Amino acid sequence: MGLIVEAIILGILTGGVYALMASGLTLVFGVMDIINVGQGALVILGAYLSYYLQQQWHIDLFLGLLITMPLMFGLGLLIEFLFIRPIKRDRTMLSILVTFGVALIIEGVLNLKFTANSVKLQAWYITGSIQVGNFYLPYIYLFGFLLAVVLLGGLYLLLYRTKFGFSLRASMQNRTAAQLIGINVEQVSAITFGIGVGLAAAGGMAYGATTPFNANSAYDLISRLLAIIIFGGMGSLSGALVASVGMLVIEDVTAVVWSPVWASTVFFILLVVILLVRPQGLFGKMEARKQ
Amino acid sequence: MRIFKAVGLLSLLGIAIIFPQVFPNPAVTTIALFALMFAAAATGWNIFSGYTGYIALGHAVYFGLGAYALAIMCQDWHIPGGYLPFLLVPVAGLVAAIFAIPLGWLSLRVRRHTFVVITIAVFFIFQLLAFNLIQITNGSIGLGLPIPFTWFGDFFNYPFYYVTLAILLLAIAISWWVRNSKYGLGLLAIRDDEDRALGMGVKTGPSKLAAFVISAFIVGMVGAVWAYYVEAIYPDTAFDALFDVAIALMAFLGGLGTISGPILGALLLESAQQYFALQFVSPGYYLIAYGALFLVVMLLLPKGIIPTLNERWAKFQVTRLQRQQESGAIITALPTPGGGGAENVDRKEEINL
Repeated sequence: MGLIVEAIILGILTGGVYALMASGLTLVFGVMDIINVGQGALVILGAYLSYYLQQQWHIDLFLGLLITMPLMFGLGLLIEFLFIRPIKRDRTMLSILVTFGVALIIEGVLNLKFTANSVKLQAWYITGSIQVGNFYLPYIYLFGFLLAVVLLGGLYLLLYRTKFGFSLRASMQNRTAAQLIGINVEQVSAITFGIGVGLAAAGGMAYGATTPFNANSAYDLISRLLAIIIFGGMGSLSGALVASVGMLVIEDVTAVVWSPVWASTVFFILLVVILLVRPQGLFGKMEARKQ
Repeated sequence: MRIFKAVGLLSLLGIAIIFPQVFPNPAVTTIALFALMFAAAATGWNIFSGYTGYIALGHAVYFGLGAYALAIMCQDWHIPGGYLPFLLVPVAGLVAAIFAIPLGWLSLRVRRHTFVVITIAVFFIFQLLAFNLIQITNGSIGLGLPIPFTWFGDFFNYPFYYVTLAILLLAIAISWWVRNSKYGLGLLAIRDDEDRALGMGVKTGPSKLAAFVISAFIVGMVGAVWAYYVEAIYPDTAFDALFDVAIALMAFLGGLGTISGPILGALLLESAQQYFALQFVSPGYYLIAYGALFLVVMLLLPKGIIPTLNERWAKFQVTRLQRQQESGAIITALPTPGGGGAENVDRKEEINL
């Protein structure tokens, strides 16, 4: 029983980190109608950036985010400008292939720079742990969760309390209408993509602190992130939050009561079952007819 | 015009048949074999995704299912290496097709965007299953296939080459038939506007599912031949994420929804890929080169080679027609092959061969 409680707590804490990565993905889909399958590779890139700063200049992981997040935001703007904006027709389909190409290039660069050996971030809060009840919880899980709460809170404020947030939500609801009332949808799209990639940097740091990673981990990550955003409903931010926490709790509990190898399979099978009942996901809206 | 076309196609077929005799070097025939495999797979994929407009990024599932089906059949029935396993290739394709029925039904419950993501999710489920169902798939240790000991040297590639060529011809025949049938017209209507197609009486659900199953059958057969050729299969090579995207990219490069497009795209890209793989030993450079190729293709030729060429040709015909009209030449005696220029343009649009 104690093990199950532990699994649930761990699931909620790591779920927060996944919410960070998935929120970028679902936000970009909502505003731009594109699926950024490069998100997994970008998360790993963020993790490697934190690793690099720590190894080269001994910058603390959390402080390093002040450098990596703006950097990745800029990278996001660049990717959007170079590769996403030129796509004029069939955006969703072509964007998947284009972002996959971007992911391949990132994977290749990371392979060259850091080799294929797995690395893990190091810090006192990764090795140290705090006693909760009768088990030990590494600090990083708490810190990562707090980071997610802070960043997602900031995202909430940005979306619901600023003028940019209004423009963004308007573009999400109806791109053409938003354009008609004078919103610069192109600019909003670019910034949204940048935010998504910036959040991937933060998520990557928290991911790399809890899991050993190499360039290949991107595939595992993107499959989970895609599953999370379908589960929650594509384009729904609250859906992504609920689904991340739900997925990680289910995985961790399955790992305890059954076996770790089946943990993610159980989640994927649950996903299929839910889609049978609700094809649009938990919080998604039915796709309207598009002309 | 028809005769030209028939002669052209027959000579292409002839070239494909005598190719291994002219270039018996195993390095060359191996590249040709892989190019044919991908051409067949991309053609199969195109029958579903190209015609209906639903981009499936999980066809590696059927590739892997075909591969594992053949491996398991050969293992359980103690089939020796030789020509016998080739007889089981259609059975392996059928296994993939049978799996495709529930999977297609499930994923086709949603429309385009979500469909893409669900096919990706299904792909990862199957890769995980291949890793975890150790009793059936032998997990990450992989499965071995019978080895044809009697085939030596240059000859080794020949049987695989001709079997793959046969699958490719079958795929092209099905693709051609679908493209020119009423059924295919229904699929194209789904691509253009699904709700309107439904309103006009196209049974959209069964049509999409049938196309999905047909494409899974072809891709499954290719997977089986591939498995027999490489002699040992593992979960991450049989269910390969790169395969998913590679066949989609090939079809996009050649021209989505055309018959010859995916073949052309596969021949170009797979040869390039094999070349990169030989050229760059480090996987890093190889991935960068492949990814860059991806971006260039998608951004410069978003419509694909064949449709772009067709458009250029049609435009050229029209301007020539106009120029001749302006210069007062006799319009009726227009010396274009296959009749009047304008008529030709229409036909090109109709059958995007």
